[in-house]
Amino acid sequence: MKKVLVSFTLNGDPVTADVPVTWTLLKTLREYFELTGAKEGCGVGECGACTVIMDGQAINSCLCPISEVEGKSVTTIEGIAHKDGSLHPIQKAFLENNGVQCGFCTSGMIMSSKALLDHNPDPTEDDIRKSIAGNFCRCTGYVQIVESVEMAAKEGE
Amino acid sequence: MIDYDYRKPGNLEEVFNLLREYGPKATLVAGGTDVMVKIKNTKKAPEILISLRGLKELCYIRKNGDYHIGALTTHTMLEKSDLVQEELTALYEGASRIGSVQIRNVATIGGNICNAAPSADTAGPLLVLDAQVLIEGPEGKRRVPITEFFTGTYKTVRKEDEVVTGLQIPVEMEQFGSAYWKQSRRKAMNLPIVGIAVSLRLDNKTISESRIALTVAAPTPIRAYKAEEFLAGKPMDDEVLAEAGRIAASEASPRDSIRGKEWYRRDMIAVFVPRMARLAAERR
Repeated sequence: MKKVLVSFTLNGDPVTADVPVTWTLLKTLREYFELTGAKEGCGVGECGACTVIMDGQAINSCLCPISEVEGKSVTTIEGIAHKDGSLHPIQKAFLENNGVQCGFCTSGMIMSSKALLDHNPDPTEDDIRKSIAGNFCRCTGYVQIVESVEMAAKEGE
Repeated sequence: MIDYDYRKPGNLEEVFNLLREYGPKATLVAGGTDVMVKIKNTKKAPEILISLRGLKELCYIRKNGDYHIGALTTHTMLEKSDLVQEELTALYEGASRIGSVQIRNVATIGGNICNAAPSADTAGPLLVLDAQVLIEGPEGKRRVPITEFFTGTYKTVRKEDEVVTGLQIPVEMEQFGSAYWKQSRRKAMNLPIVGIAVSLRLDNKTISESRIALTVAAPTPIRAYKAEEFLAGKPMDDEVLAEAGRIAASEASPRDSIRGKEWYRRDMIAVFVPRMARLAAERR
C-alpha cells in the first residue's frame, strides 16, 4: 500500500504524518496522532461525530482523504482548551447545561458549534440548529445542546 | 483491503495526462462526499483517485455578461453568495438544502451534477435556469445544455477523459424569478422525496415564459415541457397553476421507493408546481 507524507498544522503545531494514501483525516488523527476525541460513527458523513475544523470550516474528517490536508490547519476537540488546561467556553457551557449525555456526539457537536461561533458570535436558535444539523445525538438531548451553544455565545460577548 | 492511489494535480493539463494514462481505472473526485462514501459502502475502489481540489481556478461565482460558476465551487460558497441568493434564488435554495454544513463545506456543484443522482439538489435549479455545462477534454472545450447532460441514473455525457469545469447561466435569467422546493421528511441530512423547481417571467400578469424541473421524478432530473407550454401566455391564476401542476405530475415517471410512493410523488408535484410558480413570480 502506497504511503504519503503529509505536513499540516494540527492544533497549532506543525506536524507531518507518514500514513497510507487511503487513510482519511479521521483515521490519521486517531491512529497516527492518537487523538481519539473525533469519533467514527457512521463513517460516511452522516452523523458528524468525526467533525473537526479545517481552515476555519467544519468538515467530516471521515470523508477527508489525508492528501487533502497538506498545508492546511486542523483543529480538533483536543486543541480548543486553553494551554493551562482550563476549558473553552463552549466546553464549559456543555458541562453546565447537561449538553453531554453519553458523550459520543459531543466532540463533533462542540466543533460544529465552534465553527459557527467563530464566524457568527451572536447566532439565532435557527442558526445553531442549522449548524448542528449534521451532528446526530442519539441520546436525543438536542434542547440542552442548543442551550449550551446559546450560553457559550452569551459568555463570549 | 481497499487500496488505491490518490493524486492531486495542480492544473487541468496534469489531470488530462493522468486520465490518459489510467483511463477507466481512474475516478475523478472533488469534495468526496459521494465518491468516498461509495468506496466505503461498496468496498470497491478504482486504481487511482484523481482529486480536482488542487484546481483553485475552478472555484468562482461571477456575473460577467452571463453568470459563471466554477465546477469546484462548494455549496457553502453558493449559499453565502448574495448574487446567487438574489438573482439565482432556486440555486441558492438547492445548494443550501444539501446534506449538512460539513457536507456543503466540501461538496461541489460540479460533483453534484457529475454524480448525476436523480435527486441532485442543484439539478432542478440548474434546469430551470437554463444552465450550460462547460466540459473540457484533451481535444478542447465543449458546452452542453444541462437538459442534455444527464443520460441516465448516475450517467452523464461526460466522457472518461473529460472534466466538467463549470456552468454558465444566460444573463436573460435575471428577468426570471425562480424557486426550488425539496420535499423531505427532515429539514437536513436527507434526500428529497421529490424536488420541484420553477422559473418564470411575467409580462404584466401573464406568464410569458416558464421552466419547470422535477427531480426524483424520473431516472434523471427532467423538465416538464408540456406544463411549460401550457403556461405560456396564460394568466397567473389558481386554476391555471393547478392545471400546470397536474400536467407536470403526468409528465413525471416516478417510482415507488423507500422514501416515497409513486402516487405521493405525483401528488406533491401537483401541489408544489403551483406554489413554486407563485414564489418565483413574487421574486420578479
